[in-house]
Amino acid sequence: MKNGPLSLLFNTLVTIFILAPLVVVCLVAFTPEDVLSIPTTSFSLRWFRAVFNESGFIAAFQTSLWVAFASASISAALALPAAFAIARGQFRFRHVVNGLFLSPLMIPSLVMGVALLRLFAMLGVRGSLLWLILGHVIIVTPYVIRLVLGSLVGFDKSIEHAAESLGAGKWTVFRRITFPLIVPGIFGGWILAFINSFDELTMSVFLTSPTTITLPVKMYMYATESINPMLSAVSALIIVLTAITMFVLDRVYGLDKILIGKQ
Amino acid sequence: MTHPDPGVAPARKRRLSFLGAMPLTLLFIGLLIVPLVLTIVLSFRPYDYDLGVQAGWTLEQYIEIFTSNYTLTVFWRTLWISGLVTIICVLIGVPESYILSRMKAPWNSVFLLVILSPLLISLVVRAFGWSMLLNPMSPIGKLTQMMGLGSLLYTSSAVVIGLVHVMLPFMIIPVWTSLNKIDPQTIKAAYSLNASKWQTIKRVILPQATPGILSGSLIVFGLSTSAFAIPVLLGGGRSRMVSNSIYEQFMVDLNWPMGAALAILLLVMNLIIMMSYNQILERSYKRSLG
Amino acid sequence: MSFLQLHGLTKKFADTTAVDNLSLDVAKGEFVSLLGPSGCGKTTTLQMIAGFVDVTAGSIILDGKDITFAKPNERGLGIVFQTYALFPHMTVEKNVAFGLEMRKLSGSDIARRVKDALAMAQLEKFAQRYPRELSGGQRQRVALARALVIQPPVLLLDEPLSNLDANLREEMQFELRRIQQQAGTTTIMVTHDQAEALSVSDRVVVMREGKVIQIDEPYVMYENPATPFISRFVGKTNTFAVTLTTTEQGRQFDLDGHRITLTNESAIAPNTGTCEALMSVRPEKIEIGRQGQGRFAGSVKNSFFLGNLWMYEVQTAFGLLIVSVINNHQQVYKIGENVSLDWHENALKVLAAEPAGDL
Repeated sequence: MKNGPLSLLFNTLVTIFILAPLVVVCLVAFTPEDVLSIPTTSFSLRWFRAVFNESGFIAAFQTSLWVAFASASISAALALPAAFAIARGQFRFRHVVNGLFLSPLMIPSLVMGVALLRLFAMLGVRGSLLWLILGHVIIVTPYVIRLVLGSLVGFDKSIEHAAESLGAGKWTVFRRITFPLIVPGIFGGWILAFINSFDELTMSVFLTSPTTITLPVKMYMYATESINPMLSAVSALIIVLTAITMFVLDRVYGLDKILIGKQ
Repeated sequence: MTHPDPGVAPARKRRLSFLGAMPLTLLFIGLLIVPLVLTIVLSFRPYDYDLGVQAGWTLEQYIEIFTSNYTLTVFWRTLWISGLVTIICVLIGVPESYILSRMKAPWNSVFLLVILSPLLISLVVRAFGWSMLLNPMSPIGKLTQMMGLGSLLYTSSAVVIGLVHVMLPFMIIPVWTSLNKIDPQTIKAAYSLNASKWQTIKRVILPQATPGILSGSLIVFGLSTSAFAIPVLLGGGRSRMVSNSIYEQFMVDLNWPMGAALAILLLVMNLIIMMSYNQILERSYKRSLG
Repeated sequence: MSFLQLHGLTKKFADTTAVDNLSLDVAKGEFVSLLGPSGCGKTTTLQMIAGFVDVTAGSIILDGKDITFAKPNERGLGIVFQTYALFPHMTVEKNVAFGLEMRKLSGSDIARRVKDALAMAQLEKFAQRYPRELSGGQRQRVALARALVIQPPVLLLDEPLSNLDANLREEMQFELRRIQQQAGTTTIMVTHDQAEALSVSDRVVVMREGKVIQIDEPYVMYENPATPFISRFVGKTNTFAVTLTTTEQGRQFDLDGHRITLTNESAIAPNTGTCEALMSVRPEKIEIGRQGQGRFAGSVKNSFFLGNLWMYEVQTAFGLLIVSVINNHQQVYKIGENVSLDWHENALKVLAAEPAGDL
C-alpha cells in the first residue's frame, strides 16, 4: 500500500509547482541588478536595504499589524459572548444568527469591498482607519465564531455541574472551569483572524487611503506600477516572517488546526 | 449525568439569552446587511457620465450588462477560466491528496505543510512570483516562446496557472480530509475480496472521497469567479475577469451603479454556487452514508 | 425523622411524566440504590435531588431543611457523575481540593484534608497527574474522593461503575461499599445493573416508567419480587403457567402428573376459587439429578460453565427451565442426557394471577 515511484514523481512535480514562485521570489530578492533577474554570480542585499529606506513599506507593515491586531481582538471580544448565546441560549432564531455571523464566508471580499465603500462614502468616512478595522472585523469573525463555537459545543456540561455541586457560583464556574477550557478555541480563532486580516487584499483595496494603506495593498499597488526587485525583497521578507510565525504557531498550538481551519 | 432536556425556559429568559449576541448582531446589521442593501439599491440607479449618480430607479445597468458584448465576454471568460481551474485542481489535487494520505509519518505532514503553507503567504507575493516565472525573459518564458506559444504572461493561461496555484490547497484540504475519514479496514476488506488496486480505488476509495471532491470543487469555483489580485497582476488588460471590471467601474470610470450591478451579479452567482454546494453535499452524503 | 426525605417528587416534561409521585425516606448512613431500565426516571430523580432539574411537584427535605428550590451550589451534596466530570485542566490534587476551596478553608486545612482523601482512595501516587493520564478506575476514585472530601451530608452516584470493564467493576463495587461505610455517608446510587444494586445497597428502589414499583432490602426483594417485571429484572427466573385452585387444603395445581401444594403465603393469588397463575422458581433453587431421582423428567438441551456455576437448559413437559448448580464436585450433566428436576415447595412464588383467560 505504499506509494510507487510514479506517485512519488507526481508528488515531486506538484511540490515543485507549489514552491517554484516562492523560490524564484526569494532568489530574485538577492540580485544586484536593477531589473528582475536571478542572481548567478553575486548576491546583494541592496534591495533589502532599499525596503527599509523606503518608509512606505515599513509604515504599511505597521498599519497591517495594527489593523490585524485590532480586528482580531474586537472580533474575539464580540464573538465570545455571541458564541455563548448561540451555544447555550434558547432564543428562537439561533440558527439564523449563527448563519449571519458565518455569512461573510459566502460573500466574495470583492463584493464586501464594494458594499462597504458605498457605505463609507455615504457616511463620509472613506479612508478612515477605524472603519477599515470594522470592515476587517466582519471578514474575520466567521473564523473566530467557528472555532469558539466548536469548543463550546463539544463541551461536557457535567464538568460545570460538578463545579456547581462543589459550591461554585455561576461566575466562578465560568472563570475557573469554562473559560480555561475554551481558551484554546479562542486563541486559535484569534490567530486565524489575525492571519486573515493581515493578508486581506481585495476588500482593503477599495477601503484604504494613502494614509491607511495596508501591506498587501501597498504591495499590490507597487506591483501594478513598477516591477523591480524591491517587491521581491519585500516578498522574501514576508516569506521568512511567515515561516517563523508558522514554526512558532506549530509549537504553541498546532499548525494543522489553523491550516485546516483556514478553509 | 445524561442530561434530559430541562424543558423550555420561560419566554423572558429565552429572549434575554440573546443579549450576548446583540453587539455582534448590531455590527453585522450595520456593516454587512446595510451596505449590501445600499449596494443593491445603487445598482438600480441611473448614471450620467457628466452628472454622476442620479436619483430614481432603472434597470439600465442590468440591461447594459446583459446586452453588452464586452460584459458578456467578461462573464463568460470568468466562468470558463473558473471552470478550467476547477477541473485542473481536481486532476492534480485528487491524486495528490491520495498520495499524501498514503505517506508515512513524518513525510505526510512535511509535504502537507509544504503544500498548504502558501495559504499563509500573501496573494501578491505568489502572483508576483508567477509573473517572474512566466516573464518572457525567464527560462519558462523562453521555453514557451520556443514552442511558439508566445509569452504566457498577461494571457488567460497565466491567470489559469496562477489561480490553480492559489486554489490547489483549497481542493486538497477537503479531499484529504475525506480520504482520512475512510476506514482503512474497508480497503483491506476490498483487497481480501480480490479487488485489484484500481478497482479498489474506483469502487471503494473514490466514492467515499466524493463529498470532499465536490466540496473542494465548489469552493475553488466560487473563489475563482471572484478572484482579484491574480487576474489583475497576471492577466493584465487582455484577460479581464469580472473582478477587474468591478474595480475599474468603481475606481476608474466612477460608474458606481454599474459596478454595483456587477458586484450584485457576482454575489448572486456565488450564492447559487454555495446553495448547490449544500444540496449536492447533502444528497451525496445521503446516498453514500444513508 | 429520617435524614433525607423525598415527598411526592414529580417531574413533568412537555408530553411525558418522567418521575411520578416518588416518596422515599433514607436513614442516615444508608446506601440506597435506584434501579431500573433506561427511561424509568432514576436519573431524573437524582438530578432533582442534586438541583440540576427543577421539581414540578413534591419536596426534598435534607436533615430537616427543605432544599427543594435551593440552587445546586448551595446544597453541598457530593456527586459522582457518570462521566466522572473531572476538571481536565487541573491535577488530581487540585480536582479534589476544589470543593474545599469553594468553602474558603485555609491552605493548610485544604492540604491536610486532600491528603487524607487521596490516601483513603489509594491515590497518593497520582496527586500531580492530570485526568487524561489516569485509567478509568483511577478517574473514578478521584471523582469519589473529590465528592467525599467536602464531607457532604449525602453522596449521589450516577451509574458510577458503568464505564468500567467487568473485572474492575466487581472490584470497585466492594471498594465503593468499603469507602462509603468508612465515611458513613448517606448514599443514593443510580444504576441499571441489578447485580450491582443488590451487592452494595442497604435498600433497593425499583423504578419503572417514572413510578416506584418496590422498595426493599436486596435479599427480601430477590426472594419476594412484587411483580413479574421485578422477578425478571432482578436476577433470573423460570416461569410457567398453571391452573391454581384454592381449597381448604390450600393452594394447589397439577404439574406434569404431580399435585403441588404451595407453602408460601401469596398476596397475589386469590383466596378462593380457580385462576390462571404464573409461577416462578429461581434457577439456583431447582435441584437437578439423574433420571428418576426427582419428580419432573427432563433432558439437557444446553450447558454453560461459568466457573463458579454450571447452568443447564433443561427441557421439561412444562417448558425450558434454567437450572444453576454450584461447581462443587457434583455430577456434571452432558447435552442430551436425561435428567430429573425437583424443588422445595417454598421455592415457588406466584407472580401473577388472572381469574380466567391467558396471562
